[in-house]
Amino acid sequence: MKTLLKNVRAIDPQVGLDGIVDILIEDGAITQVAPSIDATADEVRDLTGKVVIPGLVDIHVHLREPGFEYKEDVASGTRAAVHGGFTDICCMANTKPVVDTAALVEFVKDRAAAADNCHVHVAGACTQGLAGETLAEMGDMDAHGAVAFTDDGRGIQDAGMMRRVMDYAVQFGHPIMDHCQDESLVDAGQVNEGVVSTRLGMLGWPAAGEELHICRDIELARLTGAHLHIQHLTSAHGLDMVRAAKADGSTVTCEVTPHHLFLTEDAIGDEYNTYLKVNPPLRTAEDAQALIAGVVDGTVDCIVTDHAPHADYEKAREFELAPFGMTGIETSLGAVLTNLVRPGVISYERMVELMAVNPRKIIGIAPVSIEAGSAADLTVFDPELSWTVTEEGFESKAKNCGFVGAEFTGRATDVYVGGVAKMLNGELVK
Amino acid sequence: MAFKHKHLIDINEYSAEDLMTILETADSFRAVNERRVKKVPTLRGFTVVNMFNEPSTRTRSSFELAEKRLSCDTLNFGGSSTSTVKGESLDDTVATLCSYKIDMIVVRDKHAGVPRKVAEKSGVHVIDAGDGKHQHPTQALLDLYTIWKHKGSFEGLKVGIIGDIGHSRVCGSLIPALKKMGAHVTLIAPNTLLPARPDVLGADTVTTKLDEVLPELDVVYMLRIQRERLEGAPYPSLREYSMLYGLNRERERLMKPDAIVCHPGPINRGVELDSFMADHPTHSVILDQVYSGVLVRMAVLYLLLGGSEDENPA
Repeated sequence: MKTLLKNVRAIDPQVGLDGIVDILIEDGAITQVAPSIDATADEVRDLTGKVVIPGLVDIHVHLREPGFEYKEDVASGTRAAVHGGFTDICCMANTKPVVDTAALVEFVKDRAAAADNCHVHVAGACTQGLAGETLAEMGDMDAHGAVAFTDDGRGIQDAGMMRRVMDYAVQFGHPIMDHCQDESLVDAGQVNEGVVSTRLGMLGWPAAGEELHICRDIELARLTGAHLHIQHLTSAHGLDMVRAAKADGSTVTCEVTPHHLFLTEDAIGDEYNTYLKVNPPLRTAEDAQALIAGVVDGTVDCIVTDHAPHADYEKAREFELAPFGMTGIETSLGAVLTNLVRPGVISYERMVELMAVNPRKIIGIAPVSIEAGSAADLTVFDPELSWTVTEEGFESKAKNCGFVGAEFTGRATDVYVGGVAKMLNGELVK
Repeated sequence: MAFKHKHLIDINEYSAEDLMTILETADSFRAVNERRVKKVPTLRGFTVVNMFNEPSTRTRSSFELAEKRLSCDTLNFGGSSTSTVKGESLDDTVATLCSYKIDMIVVRDKHAGVPRKVAEKSGVHVIDAGDGKHQHPTQALLDLYTIWKHKGSFEGLKVGIIGDIGHSRVCGSLIPALKKMGAHVTLIAPNTLLPARPDVLGADTVTTKLDEVLPELDVVYMLRIQRERLEGAPYPSLREYSMLYGLNRERERLMKPDAIVCHPGPINRGVELDSFMADHPTHSVILDQVYSGVLVRMAVLYLLLGGSEDENPA
């Protein structure tokens, strides 16, 4: 199978590429990138006006299967990923049962292979049942392909336990993805502690509840030599700690989500919109500005979505009873293009680093670049396509996206996974 | 009589004029409550549902009396019979109630934001009878009415609120309401009992020194302290709380002679108030507050449901 992409603007900072080129794909790999390629191909596509980049990777996704298939399953979640322009995702372990054994890693991989939408990389739990008490079989999970370890959804409460996790995990070379939440400080906090928790009369979720774990785990990473990856970082002060740790040479990376970059606590008004109830919570405008500065200066390593689907009837509940989380895998690229790239806050190259290059490095999978010999995992987007986020427009089973109603410019139109078209002109290939 | 509001959910949506209209209307209902036959036909034919999803004694009985004295048909819904106990969602419960063709829902719920949700779902008039730690607007109104009757006006009045402000839905409505009326509000509590941002509610000053501010206060508003288990409690003991923040016979000497003492009830005698202050013949207006509760709730029911034009409310 040969596919020839013609007249497409290819951007890849890894190979210093930004130009209109033709790309030849043969048997899952890129075989030629040149200003003009004259070759016979099974499919020739004119992508004039579009941009191709190394396939987007989201290393923080909740696929919900097994156990919560009514929210999302591997098939629907990976369809949503492709629809959002992603060729690779890394799914979290907080399913039911928890992905804390090799059997569960294999189960998710099997489901992903059956769905055959995008590459799915599996993160295993650090502790059995995410209970924070007993180490999970990280070695067996590693042997069966787990790419990272995380108790995401919960913070590991005991410092000694976290040290044990890091000490043990070092031998496998995978990152510890760290959900930072000190439960004794956060308790039943619903929204950022401050103006909005006071105005809406709900328990506050203080930034200190996150920062305390960031601080603790940076010290533990220093002690153990583990690769610490701070998940969904939200606060200016937390980011400063990561910045300082990096300057000290610690192996610390971090991620931020589009909702913490582009939405703030001020969006939560008297209507108590549960789509904006996320964990950690939306913080202040100053925090969001600091995160954007971190995206620009390199402190932030990658943008992830923390795609967290929930059933409509769960999000229709009282704010204090509704579950935390919003979906985001279908809005991430549009949000980043609209809010960061178009206004000139970051370049396309930086976006590619944040959403394609660095995520692969963090979870230790092979790089993808736009050059001969690379796997043909490619994302094509139309930078001028304007669209409105609607609940009807999602491939995910869930609608709980805080960007519903937003107007974006720029959207993925075509996705190639291993050289196979999974989306063409905005339509999924069934 | 034109009153532009459909709901009473967020006191911040009401202007000082709106609040004064309610107080004056409440005053006009005194006559009904003080004659032998305490009932007028004003709201005959209107159906009001009292949806109390959380225990309440005085708010609920006060609403019921107000409704009955205005001749509403009432349906009490809640307590152990709530459908939510059986797993029905709030939305479904509200939809079910609305199928009965009702005119108003008075809602009390332990979760913040529920009255707004009920209003959106039902389309009928909604009164917030207390939602979580958020607001309790009719409590604020009965407090305003009591203060108004005793002090004559609000302008420049010094009001001190003492106690568990952070967990108080009363404060969520009372502080903004007092500010709208021109009063000066001081909060007196340790940080463990304060919200993250008292300024957001409108408080002018915050202090931990009760004895320093007590001599300036025209209104001393004592909040009920939760008698929780000591583990995790925001104060070390009731004894120490009472020592630092309780109003008692000794502190009475620091008060202005004409200062009034309010409390939303129920009182923990010996904790936030000793019996001397709770029952004080001139300072304590706590039972006036209870009576005002019926008056302002009659006023709010009347104004929101827009009782018939030609019938004198009193």
